[in-house]
Amino acid sequence: MELSGAEIIAQFLKDEDVEYLFGYPGGAVLHIYDALMRADSVKHILVRHEQAATHAADGYARSTGRTGVALVTSGPGMTNAVTGIATAYLDSIPLVVLTGQVPTAVIGSDAFQEVDSVGISRPCVKHNFLVKDVKDLAETLKKAFYVASTGRPGPVVVDIPKNITDPNIKVPYTYLPSIEMRSYNPVTKGHPFQIKKALELMLNAKKPVFYTGGGVVLSNASASLRSLVQRLNFPITSTLMGLGAYASSDEQFLGMLGMHGTYEANMAMHDTDVLIAVGARFDDRVTGHLEKFCPDAKIIHIDIDPSSISKTVQVDVPIVGDVDDVLTTMLEILKETASSANDSVVKDEPALKDWWKQIKQWRKKNCLRYNKKTKTIKPQFVIEKLHEITKGDAYVTSDVGQHQMFAAQYYGFDEPRRWVNSGGLGTMGFGLPAAMGVQLAHPDKPVACVTGEGSIQMNIQELATCMQYQLPIKIINLNNRFLGMVRQWQEFFYEGRYAMSYMDSIPDFVKLAESYGHVGMQIDKTSDVEDALKEAFAMKDKLVFIDFITNREENVYPMIAAGKGQHEMELAPDSELV
Amino acid sequence: MRHIISILLENESGALSRVAGLFSARAYNIESLTVAPTEDPSLSRMTLVTSGSAEIIEQITKQLNKLIDVVKLNDLNVSQVQHIEREMMLIKVKAPVSARDEIMRLSDIFRGNIIDVTDDAYTVELTGTSDKLNAFIASFDCDSILETVRSGVMGIARGSSALHL
Repeated sequence: MELSGAEIIAQFLKDEDVEYLFGYPGGAVLHIYDALMRADSVKHILVRHEQAATHAADGYARSTGRTGVALVTSGPGMTNAVTGIATAYLDSIPLVVLTGQVPTAVIGSDAFQEVDSVGISRPCVKHNFLVKDVKDLAETLKKAFYVASTGRPGPVVVDIPKNITDPNIKVPYTYLPSIEMRSYNPVTKGHPFQIKKALELMLNAKKPVFYTGGGVVLSNASASLRSLVQRLNFPITSTLMGLGAYASSDEQFLGMLGMHGTYEANMAMHDTDVLIAVGARFDDRVTGHLEKFCPDAKIIHIDIDPSSISKTVQVDVPIVGDVDDVLTTMLEILKETASSANDSVVKDEPALKDWWKQIKQWRKKNCLRYNKKTKTIKPQFVIEKLHEITKGDAYVTSDVGQHQMFAAQYYGFDEPRRWVNSGGLGTMGFGLPAAMGVQLAHPDKPVACVTGEGSIQMNIQELATCMQYQLPIKIINLNNRFLGMVRQWQEFFYEGRYAMSYMDSIPDFVKLAESYGHVGMQIDKTSDVEDALKEAFAMKDKLVFIDFITNREENVYPMIAAGKGQHEMELAPDSELV
Repeated sequence: MRHIISILLENESGALSRVAGLFSARAYNIESLTVAPTEDPSLSRMTLVTSGSAEIIEQITKQLNKLIDVVKLNDLNVSQVQHIEREMMLIKVKAPVSARDEIMRLSDIFRGNIIDVTDDAYTVELTGTSDKLNAFIASFDCDSILETVRSGVMGIARGSSALHL
């Protein structure tokens, strides 16, 4: 089959079974758009800003496990996409971003809409390619999808000069179902000796705890993790990125750990003697002060990326491999050693019992309590009601800030891939476009975007995209008229000097939503929260923007301040519980 | 500690900047870096000299291995490996008549070759460890040195162990 470069792209995306392409046209990609239109290949979603294209592809990827795909033009199209690419990079999300480029003959001449896309994206991609010959295009595209989706996933940029997609230059095309690269061979199987050594340590533990992260979700290891944790009867805590991999409603789950983690999770981390880190990367928001981190623990670390191991925290038993593969192997070994599936396999049963007793003591602090009877709306209450009304079955995206932490703490995710947020890069403006990708991937599921009046304005233009494609997202705007997390830090660490954290001239979100053709509501009383949410979710085919006017100076607790250890977290003072 | 890392990487445009970018992005040191194609024109061989604690060197090798363009690498400064290192220098010095004998003697002592001679300058070619080249430079006073060019360190393991595909 002889095709032009543009036709190759259209045909390849079809052959690769890509469902959605999120993009925005421009000069350098006009040939591609023309070919896409004629080929009837993937469904193209026209966003209103290239950043949203990458976030939407990202949301699609996070909620499905498949590779998200975006197409943007050269120059400003590409630079707008960079934030989304970096967001995916920090959270290891498989993304392929096709960027248009000026023709090869003028590269380097500061041509109209030219930037060095490969150079700009290099530090925030897993890999990138510049296609210099149309004959290499199909193979390069295949490599891009292969690299993005295997090993530790990540975004891959393919920069395509306009002459490569020239409709008049046709070359033979065949779809390669698979590809090999001599310089890229991700390890998947964990080393059997290391796995045995880790298990031995785990079975002899007196105060073990699982610390699991986004890698469990990425590896689709939720089922094996649940089996293993339950088989061992160990407590488990999760990072922000790992929420839902283990059911948060389960008794063994201690809640999220880290800066805004629960008292029981952080105390268990501090006191543990055997820490089992699974697909987590010892991020600074998790460890707190490194010298005070897990002082008495032997640390086991399972991760597919060797460079994650002993990066910030020295590890005793590293296992490089695919999380699901390693956990499954552990389960198999346990099956062989125990005479029956119900037999306890741990060596020191009484110690484990005492450990659970201690954890129950910590739990009694009830560290996430707050006053539910205030007249002004508590943001935590909105999230709890959101959980209740969606029966915990919604896909929840968030932006970045206090609302993100409240959603993480109070929604209670029981399934993986339901919680979609920018954990690593912390990108405000992520929530709404990500929700578009999620809603397209799951048209029959409720999708809520938990946001704030600061974040939502960073990609508010996507309300138009939601109207064009009839995406019935429910926007839960926790509106405190402050950049809440900035304000909280200013209250704690800058003697309450609220430099630029106050939001003036906030739009009328109800009218704003309506002007795009959606439904808007504003709710300012606690007693109205439940009904408003019910009403909104009953409108199954409408986007509803609910502007919740919340308590202005609510703080996120518990909190570990910078430089403190995990056992030094602060709980909400009584004065804030009224 | 100083480490010499030998790297085989895809001979593609951009591969060098990925390595250089990694070092600047993660604030690692590069003391020297030299790169050229190998007998297999699809591969380049890079020798990179860096320094850092054991933990940092471990991270450097892991991060390098993670780059898609890096096919294979060796740290030549690990306990099991003995290695040879060489650096080449071209140094141009002022050569007034009164100094010419001394320059020739020094060049002989250091096993250098004088490869260019003019009325007022000699250019010496010298190969050896970086220390040897430093010592040669130190034997001149600064004013008499017109120019120095150094290749950066190249390293290779002793014996039959080799970095190849």
